[in-house]
Amino acid sequence: MVEHGDIRVVHRGGIARYCRFLCERGIFCCCRFLLCGSGYEVKVFSTSTEECIHDLRAHTDLVTGVLLRPSNHLQAYSCSTDGTVRLWDYTDVCNRLMFAMMCVFAEFQLVAVHLPQSGDQLVEAREFSAVLSDVSSNPAATSFGRGGEYIASAKGLQLEVYFFKKQKPYRFFLKEDNKKGGKNTFTCLACHPKDDCIATGHEDGKIRLWRNFNHKKEYTYTTLHWHHSAVSSLCFTPEGTNLLSGGIESVLVQWRYNQESQRDFLPRLGAAITHIAVSPDGALFCTSHSDNKITIIRSSIQVSAVIQGLVKGDSVRTDLMVDPRSKALVLNGKPGHLQFYSLQRDKLLYNLDIVQQEYIHQSGLEQFEVVKAAFDAYGNWLATVEERKQKPTELELNLKLWAFDEQTQSFMLNTTISAPHEARITAMCFCHSTDSQTTVLVSVSKDGHFKAWQLAPATHTEGPSWSCDFVGAYHSLVPECCCFSADGSLLAVSFQEVVTVWSPASWELLTTLSQPPGAIRNLCFGQLTCSKYLLGTTDKNLLCCWNLLTCSLEWSTSMDVSLLLSDPFSENMAAFCCQAGCTDLFVFKPSEPRPLFSHKAVCLGKVTRAVFAPREKMLESCEETSQWLNHSQLYFVTQYMVNTQHNELVISDSVAMTPFSVLLGKRSQQEGQEAASSLLAERTQLPQGSAAVRELLQTPAHVLPSTSFLCSMFVESLLISKQIKRKEKKAAQYTTTSLWLNNTLCPKLSRQKPSLYCPTPILHD
Amino acid sequence: MASFKPTKIPIYPKLGEKVTQDTVYWKNYKAPVQIKEFGAVTNIHFSPVAPHNYAVTAFTRIHIYGPFSQEPVKSFTRFKDTAYCGRYRSDGQLLVAGCEDSVVRLFDVSGKVALRMFKGHTKAVHVTDFTSERYHIFTGSDDYTCRLWDIPNATELNTYQEHTDYIRCGVTSKLNRDLFITGSYDHTLKLFDARVDKSVITMDHGQPVESVLLYPSEGLVVSAGGRYVKVWDLLKGGQPLVSLKNHHKTVTSLCLSSNGQRLLSASLDRHVKVYNTTNFRVVHNFDYAASVLSLALAPDDESIIVGMTNGVLSIKHRKSPEESKEVSHQQRRRPSYRVFVKGKNYMPKQDDYLVSKPVREYLTKYDKHLKKFNISKALDSALKPEVTVAVIKELDRRGTLKNALAGRDEKALSELLHFITKNMVDFRFAPVLVPAANMILDIYRSVIGQSPVVDRQLLYLQDLLQKEINYQQELLDVLGMLDTLFASSVPRKELLSQPHSDSFMLFVYFKFKTKNSKEIKKKGERNI
Repeated sequence: MVEHGDIRVVHRGGIARYCRFLCERGIFCCCRFLLCGSGYEVKVFSTSTEECIHDLRAHTDLVTGVLLRPSNHLQAYSCSTDGTVRLWDYTDVCNRLMFAMMCVFAEFQLVAVHLPQSGDQLVEAREFSAVLSDVSSNPAATSFGRGGEYIASAKGLQLEVYFFKKQKPYRFFLKEDNKKGGKNTFTCLACHPKDDCIATGHEDGKIRLWRNFNHKKEYTYTTLHWHHSAVSSLCFTPEGTNLLSGGIESVLVQWRYNQESQRDFLPRLGAAITHIAVSPDGALFCTSHSDNKITIIRSSIQVSAVIQGLVKGDSVRTDLMVDPRSKALVLNGKPGHLQFYSLQRDKLLYNLDIVQQEYIHQSGLEQFEVVKAAFDAYGNWLATVEERKQKPTELELNLKLWAFDEQTQSFMLNTTISAPHEARITAMCFCHSTDSQTTVLVSVSKDGHFKAWQLAPATHTEGPSWSCDFVGAYHSLVPECCCFSADGSLLAVSFQEVVTVWSPASWELLTTLSQPPGAIRNLCFGQLTCSKYLLGTTDKNLLCCWNLLTCSLEWSTSMDVSLLLSDPFSENMAAFCCQAGCTDLFVFKPSEPRPLFSHKAVCLGKVTRAVFAPREKMLESCEETSQWLNHSQLYFVTQYMVNTQHNELVISDSVAMTPFSVLLGKRSQQEGQEAASSLLAERTQLPQGSAAVRELLQTPAHVLPSTSFLCSMFVESLLISKQIKRKEKKAAQYTTTSLWLNNTLCPKLSRQKPSLYCPTPILHD
Repeated sequence: MASFKPTKIPIYPKLGEKVTQDTVYWKNYKAPVQIKEFGAVTNIHFSPVAPHNYAVTAFTRIHIYGPFSQEPVKSFTRFKDTAYCGRYRSDGQLLVAGCEDSVVRLFDVSGKVALRMFKGHTKAVHVTDFTSERYHIFTGSDDYTCRLWDIPNATELNTYQEHTDYIRCGVTSKLNRDLFITGSYDHTLKLFDARVDKSVITMDHGQPVESVLLYPSEGLVVSAGGRYVKVWDLLKGGQPLVSLKNHHKTVTSLCLSSNGQRLLSASLDRHVKVYNTTNFRVVHNFDYAASVLSLALAPDDESIIVGMTNGVLSIKHRKSPEESKEVSHQQRRRPSYRVFVKGKNYMPKQDDYLVSKPVREYLTKYDKHLKKFNISKALDSALKPEVTVAVIKELDRRGTLKNALAGRDEKALSELLHFITKNMVDFRFAPVLVPAANMILDIYRSVIGQSPVVDRQLLYLQDLLQKEINYQQELLDVLGMLDTLFASSVPRKELLSQPHSDSFMLFVYFKFKTKNSKEIKKKGERNI
């Protein structure tokens, strides 16, 4: 039942999914729907259920803006960096019109586009007229005022208002700095819908209300000040009675128009506010936040719904981990939190508050960060390390141990150890043994020690808690990494060039291994049948494998391994090698130095974190190159993705076969060929026709599509065509070539997966 | 909208002893009642029958106290000289006491005048006791003899002249009418049998013996003398079992807890120590104001009574179970029960629509201020040292500590300085308070010399730091010495597991700006 597909790389949780999700302005449609640009698509959310109802997909590049059509509230425009503006019927996912704009602007100009009335799907708009030149690239700094009488735009220290009737721009300038040193740079503006008033937000947190701006000299403004840092978004309610503002403080401030001393606040929204939108009837507000979240707020200043994607943090400082219980991917989330992200359902499960402190939204403040985390074998215990301050003398460290609570189904804080080490903790691992009674945690620090922590039994006053069991050191060298063997009987700690092997039962130093020159970078024990091997990589481009029975080097090879990890579900190990800006992937068994699988240039940049996640259902692939993926999937993060967005890459082979996927997969393939985008072909190789036929005949009729739909394909599949062979060749060619093209397409394909699995949603749609 | 997360107050490790079941048990006594006697209290003995009155021998008197009275219910004053060793008979009817004038007196507990006078000793009698068949008395004296007397006739039955120095302690067997043990200043313990004319077993304690105690099973005997407490096995012919040396002055008195599981010893070093009788480890320790001469435990450990050289009798009564539970709950009067159940015991009917009210969370005063960013007020409203330190830490995390410390007048600043000088040397708080003190010095540098109050406190702070630095330097010296000792004797592994808190402390102090610390700084860093 399993198809032998090619191995491919899929971006997840990244551009295509949630990352850019809220970078664009969300807009409301009649209170029930919320539209927002998310990566290459526009998403429609229900404001009441928080569910994503539609994906409007046609753009081939990032969507930069979404706007309701004023004349018809069931249609919306979207614009994208691919140079097109599209008009959507968002209720029935129809791409009505497309305006292609083929011009490229050297600098940002505001242009008026005359929309030609035509029935075609694709329209090329040729009539432009530049309204304002040199405008800010930030869409929040431009706004129409009072039913389109004028347009206001701000850039730097200049506010420009253009009246359409008079065809005349007015410019107002502010001084560089005021007396107190605050910056007067404009950040955003909003125009009052009924009144001649423009509200502008500034770098120093001030809001200015401009009036009388149709005179060159006699303009006035009043200043409102509450925000302590830059105002990032401003918005008037439709009737103009209130002004909403937000910034990095993550507080939504509601100002009464004309009674500015009266303010309402909605504090602690979680992350810096990037955009504010108001529904046309004024009943709902929505704020989008820098951590990939949209909050929907009622006009009474109460949160009614939260739409959250994969939380976008500054960087992934913890390893990627898989929670053994929920099989969720665990990594840094909100500041001071760990997020649990379900890979199967592609959904954020929850955020676990690790630091448990009030987060102060202020730039330049040193905050506690979760830097290390580790799960034990059953997921009963979670260990986290949080640290604050960069200076080594003032480092604040906390080691926290969390016990899984069956009742609440989440982790509860059990022990807090403040200052467990005197310097930064570089590695931490639990003993993986499944049979031993006691759980041991080992932490390795730059202060030259490694410490073993053990669960002490409960006393009569309090429950069990953790305490230090052993402090180890080796010739005052600095330890770097640590690793427990599969059965938990050995602990390997690397001290620069030397690997020391300890017995956790007696804390005796059993042996030392070393392969100079070069300090040890990664350390890994073999799993299952290969558990007698210990693998290490050095920073002098060496991958060594020691046999622990003979305490000698089994084999070594010269490669610059940036990351080495073992699959806990099989004997395989994965090594990522960084070469010339690209990363290669090698999969091998420790028992033999020959790679099982290698993939050149898996991605650009260095792979920083990776994890093997178990599959829900084991695959039964027998092909040698894809066999290593039978038990688990490999996820990894590269350095570029960390800086810009949270992309994880999955290597997975293709979709499990159902009769449906046989048929529909084939169909999409054929369509793909017609549309000359034969990249799709690589996804599925056609199975033997007879197999498909057998499958078709054995499947109950109620899960199959209509007969008319199947008929032609069924007949075709009975034919033995020469085309297939040719197609296969083509597919093979594509897998070896451009992967980046591949990446852009694959998310789309992987999204089709659910619909292939269960036919019902299609029928409902 | 997430709610405000209150400041976390860390639970600091309690310094000092670990809380065990023993400490819980032995701490469960009320504050002591102190009664002043006329002279040093040399002996305390409980009546074996209810209501367990006890006889306190002090100077020329014996006072009898009831279990809860603070006034003597009776006193025997007809002694010519200092009385010694007032002891009850097993039926609680008679009381015997020796005296400096060598006469042994027997009293009826209800009477006043002595029933019998036993004359025969030539020197002061320090030991008296009834034998288990109740009609004989055993005495030991400074004339090196011990004698047996018949009560009805007041005649001497036997004399044993085996000791070569004062006999200062002794005890009769509760199970055998003929056996008794004496302890003498000639360093020996002797077990006598009335049926033969000489001692049966002799045990060498090595120090003048001050107290002897028989186990209820009478298989073991405990002796105290010098700084040692020794346990002997009588069934093995007086073989020494354990020797304990936990006091640093002479041990004067011994006593067993009511269940026989704990042994108590009192000493001139003003401590009473409690031992576990299975492994003979010290499990608890009581401190007293003066050297302890006598010690007694009431049946069921209901009270601990200690007599001291300054004539003070200290009585500690056990807390009743309700009392020990309600220690912390009594500070504030709570609203009545009615207030809490108001409207809550209403059962919803079938068609009622339930509107759930969100639970309101209450914030402490400093958290309320922190929520509103009133940082100075938050700092001022934190009271306990742990809380204040936690608030300072929180302000530091928010980057507003400097603002909170600045802008204070003389009174507020001196309060702050007072807190810092009081708590800075506590190593739990030092990492937080040292930077704060640094900040205060930076902020108020310009106004030093304007206020005598603040100046005095700053001088005190400087003094304190100097002292602490000297202290730490001494510690480092000791540590270095110990290191050389350990390095030669102990395998390397043990060395590694030494605690590092001391060196951490040092590091913190060296960071602090002081003028004279440069030299030490170098030294310290080398050692670290």
